[in-house]
Formats: sequence, structure tokens, C-alpha cells
Amino acid sequence: MAGDTELTSTSYIQHHLTNLTFGQTENGWGFAHSGQEAAQMGFMSVNVDSLGWSIGLGLIFAFIFRYAATRATSGVPVGFQNFIEMMVEFVDGTVKDSFHGHNLWIAPIALTIFVWVFLMNLMDLIPVDFIPHLFEMSGVPFQKIVPSTDPNITLGMALAVFSMILYYSLKIKGITGFMGELTLQPFSAKNPIIQAIFIPINLALELVGLLAKPFSLGLRLFGNMYAGEMIFILIAIMYMSGSIVLGAFGGALQLGWAIFHILIITLQAFIFMVLTVVYLGMAHENH
Amino acid sequence: MIAAAVMVGFGALGAAVGMGLLGGKLLEGTARQPELGPMLQGKMFLLAGLIDAIPMIGVGIGMYLIFAVAPGVAG
Repeated sequence: MAGDTELTSTSYIQHHLTNLTFGQTENGWGFAHSGQEAAQMGFMSVNVDSLGWSIGLGLIFAFIFRYAATRATSGVPVGFQNFIEMMVEFVDGTVKDSFHGHNLWIAPIALTIFVWVFLMNLMDLIPVDFIPHLFEMSGVPFQKIVPSTDPNITLGMALAVFSMILYYSLKIKGITGFMGELTLQPFSAKNPIIQAIFIPINLALELVGLLAKPFSLGLRLFGNMYAGEMIFILIAIMYMSGSIVLGAFGGALQLGWAIFHILIITLQAFIFMVLTVVYLGMAHENH
Repeated sequence: MIAAAVMVGFGALGAAVGMGLLGGKLLEGTARQPELGPMLQGKMFLLAGLIDAIPMIGVGIGMYLIFAVAPGVAG
């Protein structure tokens, strides 16, 4: 690795865990040259690699689905169009199971979240060094190709879902209904004085539940993907030892873990989508 | 390092017990009504992912502590 004085396991791992951060260094605006420097940049810094890959994958998703939609034919679908229609039907079925309100935007939101998160997680299956090495040969020091291992990306998506939850809650229930839902559950009483005492307790409990939703949503995806990538990097370290046997064993381990990871990727994208639909459904409930 | 070990260990313990109960209930439900088998299995995978969420967050934080924080503190 260019710039490292010594290629140890720790430096290899830390090198592969560093994002390409653009922010304010001592010499003005530029890319960070180490993990510590990236941490010192503070809030006004941008992880260029995560943003680039996530936006790029989003555009790929949009173009592929638009290509299928503009060339859609009625009649029995074959091949590519069949695949796209299967995915749309799958998401449609899932949304119909979980969402009991009346909103035309929910199914497209669910489809976007599912396919986008799945594509981002799919980048985890590309061997660890392939693309970052290409980037390094063209001079870019750090590169992490899996956007969902960046907590900024996952928590950002969870924050977007949370703002949708709040928006729909306020729109459907009104501000009084929403505040009532927060303050009058789970303890309620007929006597107004006891009710007033219960309000702060209810508010504390309900706020914890409300805030737990976006945090758990974002951190669940982040934790799964980060742990998966970490294990990929750790197995990749086995190649650094000199012997062929350990190298071949490492290859077999990578293959096994990658096959298991395919299940994890799909499952996590599916869970993100289902929970989004369920939370939005809860936001639409109107007693 | 010890903090990371405690986090990962207890998370794994909770996840294992939860998954065991979940799998047992799936088998029992499928034995009672075999025609519901595929639907129950689909729901089981969903719940398995949800149960795994908190321990996985713990593993992610633990890995970060072991490999990114501990060398920084020791070096």
C-alpha cells in the first residue's frame, strides 16, 4: 500500500475501513490522508466514496426499471421483463399484507428501498481488494465500495423514513391526534387529575419507542453489513501469510462466507422494506 | 478488548436462545398445520433477521472497538 511504512494486519484492516473523506484539513479543503485526520474534520466533511457508489447504484436501479417499464408489453412476460415484474409483484404482495391505509406512494417507496438497499449490499460480494486497488493505482488513497457499511448512509435513510413517518402521522391524525397518541398511551384514566400525572410518564415511554424506530432501522443494516465486511477483510488477511495452504483455505472460507452473506444481504434489504411499510402503516392508523 | 468480548458474547447468547425458541415454534406450528408451512417459514426468516439485529449491532461495534480503537489506544 503506497504510503504505509509497514504492511501489518492492523494497518491493512484500518486501511480498508477508511472512507474517502473530503473536508477541511490544515492545508485547506481536500481529501483526508488518514483515519485520524478524517475524524478531525468534524461535521462538515463528506464521504465521497459512499455518496458516489450509493447515488450511482440508485441511478442504475432507476435506469434499469425505466428501461423495463417503457418497453413493457401486455401478454405473457419473458426474460428480463419477467424478472422486473416478479420483483414488483413481490413488493406489491408484501405491502398489501402489511399496509392497511390508502396511499399511492407506499408501494413505490417500498420498491425503491428494497432494490436500492439490495444493490448497495450486493457490492459487499465483490472481493475486498478488487476495486479499491484499481482506485489506488489511479491515485485515490482510500475507497470503500459498500455504501451501507457507512453509518451515514444507513442512518440517513432511516432518518428519511422517520421524517416520512412524522409527516404522515401529522397529516392523517393532526397535531392533536399525534400528541394524544404520544401522551395518552399506554396509561389512561377516567379521572383528569390522574390523567395529567400520567402524561409525562406516557410521553417518556412513547418517545423512547418512537425514537427507537429510526435508530434500530439504520443501525441494524449498518451492523450487519459492517460485520460482514469486517469478516471478509479478516479472511483476506490470510492471504498475506506466505503459505499456499493457508491461502487456499482462505479462498474456501471467503467463498463459504460469501454464500452465507447472500442470504444476509437479501434478508436485511427485505427487513428494511417490511419495517418501513409497517411503520408507515402505523402512522396511517386513524381511530 | 474485554468490553468487545462481553458485548459479542452476551449478544450471541441472547440471539441463540431467541432463535432456538423461534425455530421450535416453527416446527411445532408446521407439525400442526402442514399446509401453512411455506408461509410460516417466510415469517420465520423475517423474525430471524429482526432478532439478529441487536446482537449484530453489538458485533459491529465490537469489531470496531477491537480493530480501530484498541490499536489506537495501545499505539
